[in-house]
Amino acid sequence: MLDWLWLIPLIPLASAAVTGLLGPRAPKAAVTTVAVGGPGLALLLALGSLWEYAAIAPEPVTRTLYAWTAGTIEIPVAFLLDPLSAVMLFVVTFVGFWIHVYSVGYMGHEPAPYEHSYQRFFAYLNLFMAAMLLLILGNNFLVSFVGWEGVGLCSYLLIGFYFQNDDRVPPQAGRKAFIVNRIGDFAFLVGMLTLFSVFGTLEYLEIFDAHNAAHVAAFGEPYALGLTLASFVALCLFIGATGKSAQIPLYVWLPDAMAGPTPVSALIHAATMVTAGVYIVVRTNLIFQLAGGVSMLVACIGAATALFAATMALTQTDLKKVLAYSTVSQLGYMFLAAGVGAYTAAIFHLFTHAFFKALLFLGAGSVIHALGGEQDIRKMGGLRKYLPVTWVTFWIGSAALAGLPLFSGFFSKDEILAGAWAHGHWFLWGIGALTALLTAFYSFRLLGLTFHGGFRGTKQEREHLHESPAVMTVPLGILAVGALGAGYLGIPKVLSFGAELNRFHHWLEPVVAHLSGHEAVAHLAVRTEWLLMGATTFLALLGAAIPGIFFSHALPRFQPDYRGTALDDGFAYFLPKVYTVLYFKYWVDEVYDKLIVRPLRRLAEFFWKFVDGIVIEGAIRVGTFLTELAGDFGRFSTTGNVRDYLLYLFLGIIILFWWVFV
Amino acid sequence: MTVPVTWYLLLAAALFAIGTAGVLTRRNGITIFLSIELMLNAVNLSFVAYSRLLDQLTGQLVVFFVLAVAAAEAAVGLALFIAIYRHRRTIDINRMNLMRW
Amino acid sequence: MEVAIFVIFALLALASAVVVVAHRNPVYSTISLVVTLVSLAVFFILLGAPFIAALQILIYTGAILVLFLFVIMLLNVSEEATHPESGRRIQRWLAILGAVTFALLLGLGVWNGYRGTDFAPMSEELVSLKSLASALFSEYLLPFEIVGLLLLVAIIAATVLARKPPREEGSTP
Repeated sequence: MLDWLWLIPLIPLASAAVTGLLGPRAPKAAVTTVAVGGPGLALLLALGSLWEYAAIAPEPVTRTLYAWTAGTIEIPVAFLLDPLSAVMLFVVTFVGFWIHVYSVGYMGHEPAPYEHSYQRFFAYLNLFMAAMLLLILGNNFLVSFVGWEGVGLCSYLLIGFYFQNDDRVPPQAGRKAFIVNRIGDFAFLVGMLTLFSVFGTLEYLEIFDAHNAAHVAAFGEPYALGLTLASFVALCLFIGATGKSAQIPLYVWLPDAMAGPTPVSALIHAATMVTAGVYIVVRTNLIFQLAGGVSMLVACIGAATALFAATMALTQTDLKKVLAYSTVSQLGYMFLAAGVGAYTAAIFHLFTHAFFKALLFLGAGSVIHALGGEQDIRKMGGLRKYLPVTWVTFWIGSAALAGLPLFSGFFSKDEILAGAWAHGHWFLWGIGALTALLTAFYSFRLLGLTFHGGFRGTKQEREHLHESPAVMTVPLGILAVGALGAGYLGIPKVLSFGAELNRFHHWLEPVVAHLSGHEAVAHLAVRTEWLLMGATTFLALLGAAIPGIFFSHALPRFQPDYRGTALDDGFAYFLPKVYTVLYFKYWVDEVYDKLIVRPLRRLAEFFWKFVDGIVIEGAIRVGTFLTELAGDFGRFSTTGNVRDYLLYLFLGIIILFWWVFV
Repeated sequence: MTVPVTWYLLLAAALFAIGTAGVLTRRNGITIFLSIELMLNAVNLSFVAYSRLLDQLTGQLVVFFVLAVAAAEAAVGLALFIAIYRHRRTIDINRMNLMRW
Repeated sequence: MEVAIFVIFALLALASAVVVVAHRNPVYSTISLVVTLVSLAVFFILLGAPFIAALQILIYTGAILVLFLFVIMLLNVSEEATHPESGRRIQRWLAILGAVTFALLLGLGVWNGYRGTDFAPMSEELVSLKSLASALFSEYLLPFEIVGLLLLVAIIAATVLARKPPREEGSTP
């Protein structure tokens, strides 16, 4: 089975091609079979490969498909299965498959003008799967980069899926995503090429070989901008990661990306594509370990983003936007972990986050579907009566997000914060803890506003309310199991009464084993760890309690209709300035627009109107004018008089003789 | 003192050039033909000069053949002129401009 | 002695060549060409080719140029109109200039190539008719025969071209 590793990215690629070729008028059954069968098959292959691999772990397995380049530069199309990519593989194929199943129901009956967009959606989604799998399974930067760019492309295609909307928002959002990503991609490319120029290869195992003293020494050499090679490359790769994984300052595309269909938000912008940046940082952890300054930067930006995004999630009124900012925030946690050196914690959080965030998004999709398209949570409420399955699963997801004990998020978030403290970054721990409080708050606010209290929508919507069909609720259930149980793969020692139950950590250990400090958490005093855990648990419960009490039946004073929005109104009343700033998202988009987008636009217009319109066109017109002029004069030589032609012949001979004799 | 070979060759070149000028300049068909004959003869002269220079008979033999061919060409050409004259009543070559655009 | 002959006849040849090219009356041009050809025959003798010289006079002047005169008379070719061709001044000058340049170039080539080369003394072989004839009938037999064929073709062609057109009206040559 491992010899067929290369099939795993290629099967979705093939199914994407077939689905694409089927055309928009193909029968739905055909599209579904191909487009869901492809990822399904890939999932089976992945599971089989993982089963086989588990026996030989942690030895990395490489399977080469063919030699991509020939000559002096040798880059193969090859795939690598090691503990890290194994985790990613499972996440992508498993979550990806269930989201495909969900989409069969969700995208099944789109209103005009998108009645025939079912096939297009699945073609793009399959293509995305293929690209993502290339990214994580590639054994060298170039194959991964193909995937990196591919997911960016699919993200653009899928965000702009509803491109015929009158307000033109989806294609604009798609463009924004693509362009912001591009900035990161450029940095990524610089880093990649630097590595290639120094080492002559792009393969992960060769470059980041901790046992290769020559490589390690080379990383320590000063390279550019006053930085060592390691720092420079790490910085470049990290900037790329900020683009792809929506960190400060390149996060602005992710909230806008909610213009795409909800399954897209679930798969791409929660579980998989946005985690690519984290994956790359962990994959190249050797250089981050060697570049302390850049690592610190990573951690700080991660923490700052986590807090920053969480504050914005407190006031958003669009269901999906809250989840979008939440994703940015949680990704910040992952970078915080990677920055302080707790790489396994980062991947663990990536793992649990994939489950609960995808769950939350799919649940949101279920709600939107039931309401016939409404996404404003101020117009929702009391949906738990009508959408029980959705409510339960959403509750589980929110609890996991908030980090309530026993849910998966608790374990992963805790490991991150413990890691931060253990490495001595108390301030960052503080930020993380504060963010945990806010996270709990906004998750339960969202839950309450959507599912509790009285229904605030229109009469037609109330009539229309119905639980989603099984094809959508089954994936919800499965992901809920993951959101609940995934954490138990990483039980910290303090909770396991001495037994080594942190399987996740042990699985990933070989990938980071060469680093100093990865055992820091293990050296943490038991009492400290209990204290930290207690503190964060307390904050999470506190954060959850505020909206929890608000929405519970314990306060009958509040009329059903006022419940919910009153929370926000109260916020706005007591802290108006704060509320305004948060509601308008710190006006970051506006600032970017003024400082960057408008000048660039003017520059582009200048180039278009002046440089292209006048200079280049002018040069061409001059050329055509001269040619016409020459033609008008040349015409006079065609007299039809043979004597003249003879004269020309003679003159030519003279020239020839001149050339020979002189 | 003998005549150096360059003199003969220069003379041949000059005659050739004169003949060319005649071909390109004149309007009368017969005169053009005469100029062509002049050019041919200039070439003949140079051939014989070379034959003498290289002490080989080849040059003279070539002249022999050129003579024959020139005769044939003159005959046919003049016959053409007669034929043209019958139809156009002129041998002003400017009037023979069917190839003009 | 030889030099003197050369110079005299060279000047004569050049002068009459110019007359051939420049004169308005085609009859005069033809007669001038006769003079030029006779001068060339003298040169042929000087260069040790008496047979060729004889042939030149016999065939060229005696036959070809006479043919020219016949045709001129037949067609009643008049002088070229006194007015020069309109609008062809540039071409005229260009042609003359070109010819001069061409002559100079050729002269330059010749000068570079053969300056200082002198003729070797004339050999018996070169001059004798016997060697010419034997070469003609051995090595150059094929061209000789072909030339004969060529002349036959020329005769036929000339006859056909120059005869009176067939009885039907409106036939083109």
